[in-house]
Amino acid sequence: MSDLQQFIFGRLTWQDFIHEPIMAGAGIGMIVALIALIGLVTYLKKWKWLWKNWLTTLDPKKIGVMYLIVSVIMLLRGGADALLVRAQQVVNNSNGVELLNSDHFQQIFTAHGSIMIFFVAMGLIFALFNMIVPQQIGARDVAYPFLNSVSFWLFAAGMILINAPMIVGEFSTAGWLAYPPLSGLEYSPGVGVDYWIWSLQIAGIGSLLSGVNFFMTIIKMRAPGMKMMMMPIFTWSVFVTVLLIMTVFPILTVSLGLLSLDRLMDMHFFTTDAGGNPMLYINLIWAWGHPEVYILVLPAFGVFSEVVSTFSSKKIFGYTSMVFALIAIAFFSFVVWLHHFFTMGAGANVNTFFGITTMIIAIPTGVKVFNWIFTMYRGRVRFTTPMLWFMGFVVTFTIGGLTGVMLSVPPADFQFHNSLFLVAHFHNMIIGGVVFGVFSAITYWFPKFTGFKLHEGLGKAAFWCWLIGFILAFGPLYILGFMGAVRRLDHYDPSLGWEGLFIVAAVGVVTIGLGVAFQLLQVTVSIINRKKYKVGPDPWGARTLEWATATPPAEYVFATTPQVKSRDEFWAMKQEGRSFSKKYEDVWLPKNSSVGLLIGLLATGFGLAVVWHMWWAVLLTFVAIVVILVIRLTNDDTEMKLSAEEIARHEAALQRRAA
Amino acid sequence: MGKHKQHSRVGKRLVQVLVSCFVALAIIAAFIYVTYGREIPVLQPAGTIAQQEYILILITVGLGVFVVVPVFILLFWVAVRYRDGNKKAKYDPEFASHHGLEALWWGIPCAIILFLAIITAIATHRLDPYKPLESDVEPVKVQVVALEWKWLFIYPDEGVATVNYMTIPEKTPINLTITADAPMNSLWIPALTGQIYAMTGMSTKLHFMADGVGVYNGATANISGEGYADMTFKVNSVSSGDFDAWVEKSKLSTSLLNTTTYRELAQPAKSDQKTYVLMDTLLYDKIIDKYMMPEQVKQRAREKSATETGASE
Amino acid sequence: MTTRAKEIAETQERKSLGLWVYLMTDCMLFGALFATFATLNTHVGVFGGPSGADLFNLKFVLVETMLLLTSSFTIGLAYLCATRGFKAQSMFWLISTFLLGASFLALELWEFNQLAAEGHGWWSSAFLSAYFVLVGTHGAHIAVGLIWMAVVIFRLLQRNFKQTDVQRLSLLSLFWHFLDIIWIFIFSFVYLIGGMS
Repeated sequence: MSDLQQFIFGRLTWQDFIHEPIMAGAGIGMIVALIALIGLVTYLKKWKWLWKNWLTTLDPKKIGVMYLIVSVIMLLRGGADALLVRAQQVVNNSNGVELLNSDHFQQIFTAHGSIMIFFVAMGLIFALFNMIVPQQIGARDVAYPFLNSVSFWLFAAGMILINAPMIVGEFSTAGWLAYPPLSGLEYSPGVGVDYWIWSLQIAGIGSLLSGVNFFMTIIKMRAPGMKMMMMPIFTWSVFVTVLLIMTVFPILTVSLGLLSLDRLMDMHFFTTDAGGNPMLYINLIWAWGHPEVYILVLPAFGVFSEVVSTFSSKKIFGYTSMVFALIAIAFFSFVVWLHHFFTMGAGANVNTFFGITTMIIAIPTGVKVFNWIFTMYRGRVRFTTPMLWFMGFVVTFTIGGLTGVMLSVPPADFQFHNSLFLVAHFHNMIIGGVVFGVFSAITYWFPKFTGFKLHEGLGKAAFWCWLIGFILAFGPLYILGFMGAVRRLDHYDPSLGWEGLFIVAAVGVVTIGLGVAFQLLQVTVSIINRKKYKVGPDPWGARTLEWATATPPAEYVFATTPQVKSRDEFWAMKQEGRSFSKKYEDVWLPKNSSVGLLIGLLATGFGLAVVWHMWWAVLLTFVAIVVILVIRLTNDDTEMKLSAEEIARHEAALQRRAA
Repeated sequence: MGKHKQHSRVGKRLVQVLVSCFVALAIIAAFIYVTYGREIPVLQPAGTIAQQEYILILITVGLGVFVVVPVFILLFWVAVRYRDGNKKAKYDPEFASHHGLEALWWGIPCAIILFLAIITAIATHRLDPYKPLESDVEPVKVQVVALEWKWLFIYPDEGVATVNYMTIPEKTPINLTITADAPMNSLWIPALTGQIYAMTGMSTKLHFMADGVGVYNGATANISGEGYADMTFKVNSVSSGDFDAWVEKSKLSTSLLNTTTYRELAQPAKSDQKTYVLMDTLLYDKIIDKYMMPEQVKQRAREKSATETGASE
Repeated sequence: MTTRAKEIAETQERKSLGLWVYLMTDCMLFGALFATFATLNTHVGVFGGPSGADLFNLKFVLVETMLLLTSSFTIGLAYLCATRGFKAQSMFWLISTFLLGASFLALELWEFNQLAAEGHGWWSSAFLSAYFVLVGTHGAHIAVGLIWMAVVIFRLLQRNFKQTDVQRLSLLSLFWHFLDIIWIFIFSFVYLIGGMS
């Protein structure tokens, strides 16, 4: 019986479902929320609608919304993790009160980092790619709509896997990048690191496929007349970003793959014995990891170019420079990875090389900031919420860039590496850059997709909470770094006097939480009052093609393919009184497909099976994925026709609605 | 009616400015309050290496300020002057290119980075952790082993060993060779020197010197498991005479460190400060050799004897 | 050409170019594996066990190489026949390719099994782990190619060549040629160069 049990359940036992109170509460809360959601959908009899319109859709606008929803939910999870970390570091086990034991604490910050990077930041940028890029280039869809769906559901599968440890098993305690030997079998024999590996591996494949998808979309599906140097800067930023994604995600696949082979098949890539080399992992993972952070921030730069240009009612200053700067940043991002481990003893020559390449990136980044400022110069700047996020970005990101240059000097880095100074720096860049950029994007493009604006007052309140919260949360961390505080500490010597700084940091995180609350409130209030905040298709006086569509955009987006004549095509159309042709033709759109969803479910099963060593399930799910893919890929009937008459009717209805 | 509106707008603006100033001052005050009087070792260096690293930090910040300050000034000036309500400002929607300006903000950052790059090249070589310090004083050799979850300091020449504290003579070069018998760690004494990783089967080096007498905090800067936060240690910099006295006193310790007691020590657990008499001067090498194959051990032994019988280190 | 026909042609071209682009990312994957192999193909990585020079049977590898190179030739012929509408010949060359590829894989699996049986498995040393994974990943790609090929053959047995089938065959042959190129790198860097010293 026991042999059979082990075969069926692998290393899973009943004990794995038992957790200590906080985690058990979170896990149960998750299950309750899921059941409530299922109950709600059933009660409202919306399963068919959900299936047809969301779960099986190949429409990138809807896929983008799904990315957005998953990312926001993960933002709340990652934020909760952050609150717990700050709380523990304030309490510091004083008076015998152990809020979180060290094992739990280490799982929490590992989850925090992994979730924020892979399932919040990546998810948010993919949401933007899907919702904006095709429309900005005058296309109806991405190059491979089916692949797009697969990418999303693999992302969702990864999300499930990274949350599963709250219900069954435990998570990794090795940090968001899981350095060996700590992450190897010898020091982490449990399921935690395996959950981490497979969640990221599966989501990573989705990301890679999206990279290829959007690269081909931008190369091949631009509207006629739109040369590369006429593309909006946001699309340029996405183009450069997907070049990075395509080049480096395979390295992540290899890094995670080799680590998992060490753990599953007794291999010796990164073990401490038999010739293994943990330094190899560190090189590989950072060869991916550094370009990854540029993958996150470059689209944010693109967003700001659009926002600043629109709200200054001016062309972007120095378009060619901006494009060149994006390419320069991307190029240099490949040759800086060693700055993440100057302290590993590579020698002065190697350290010098990488230090210098790192500080060089500051140059094109600075150029962009000046170009944005000079876009505002001699413009008429409206300080709407999106513009406020931009202002907050410049203030915070510039300081972050300064600390980055400080870190780029190897001997100085010897005093900063893995201290809270470093933690403050990268949060500075990611929050100030990526997060503020995404918030700017959401508040900017929201009216296009919904037909109503977001409540400005609440938006501004959210911004100020985020900005002040950020300063309070991370300013002290810079100071703590100078005080010799290392990262990832679950307790520290109280006589050092660090508590006050941690309290300020905790107040900061709570303030950020307040900002998030304002954002959620803003969306809720705006939806409730949507008739009051109703706007037309071009509420901001924008310049690029995605604003030339109906609000919300029709499924087919453009009734006829735009013929592009200049940069900022929509602005030119408005100036010259041009509009789209009315010679409607048949349009072919992809049919819905449940294959993406099925692959996501099977991938989740595969991941769980590998983690728990249920080899029969590993084989079964893998074969099932292959079979389903073969069936789909040999299916020639994947498109449906939207006739010219249907389009004409729909367009006429839109005109009537707008009038 | 118009004047009333103008007054309320000026009033609103005034309130905004006052509130902003108040919030900014409150934040600054809070930061000063929680920082004042605490030790800030990176900015209050007590060793030659940390001192030089501190100067580098100041130079970098100084150069950075050259860019950051103009950016802030420009941003706020442009934002205020060219805001939508300001009729005085010129609106020039076609102004999207100016080669002179672009040359300025490509050129000046390039120059600053070039300058910093040269400084970096020089400083990185000068502050290479593997580079011994220049001094007339005979260095003290300490072999460091990162364990789960404590630091072991072996003094092969003095014949003693300690756990979680390192006593050193002031104004004397300290030559550390560092390894691990645990996941990757990083040895850091912020007041005295920058850090370097401690890795199994490898020996990294760190050279530093304390300027004077004092007690300094050390820690590990790379997560190495459950007891990671307990891997703090103290560095006692004492006078030369006190150091010799400490060595003599330590030799009287009842705890002996040989391969057997070492194995007990290496069990995963945190530890208090301990002092040992070193029974096996080759212990450090044996710890590294554990991770190497038999042939490599022989090779290392051959290389070591070659350097010892040959020129001095 | 009607708009629809033009769209279909554009979609097919996009699939072709997309596969190229994907293959470039696969190059990066193999690149990382080659870098890993190079790092671990050292005295330390071998860890006292056998090195490439001790283990590799170059004659055997030559046979494997010939099989694979020939299969690239035969799939080229298969595609040419398909574009000219010679269905039977195309099927013949395609099945030949499958057999050659399958033989390659069988030989490789036999080679792996031999090594493992002698105690030189992927668990023995870092060098062997790197060897098995690099060569094994290539083998896994070959397996994927064979599955793909089997599907194509199966469909062609069922019906006449449609334009989409010819296009799918061109994608498959692109993939197959790419694997051949990767094998040449493996042959050179793992077996020839790595097998010396």
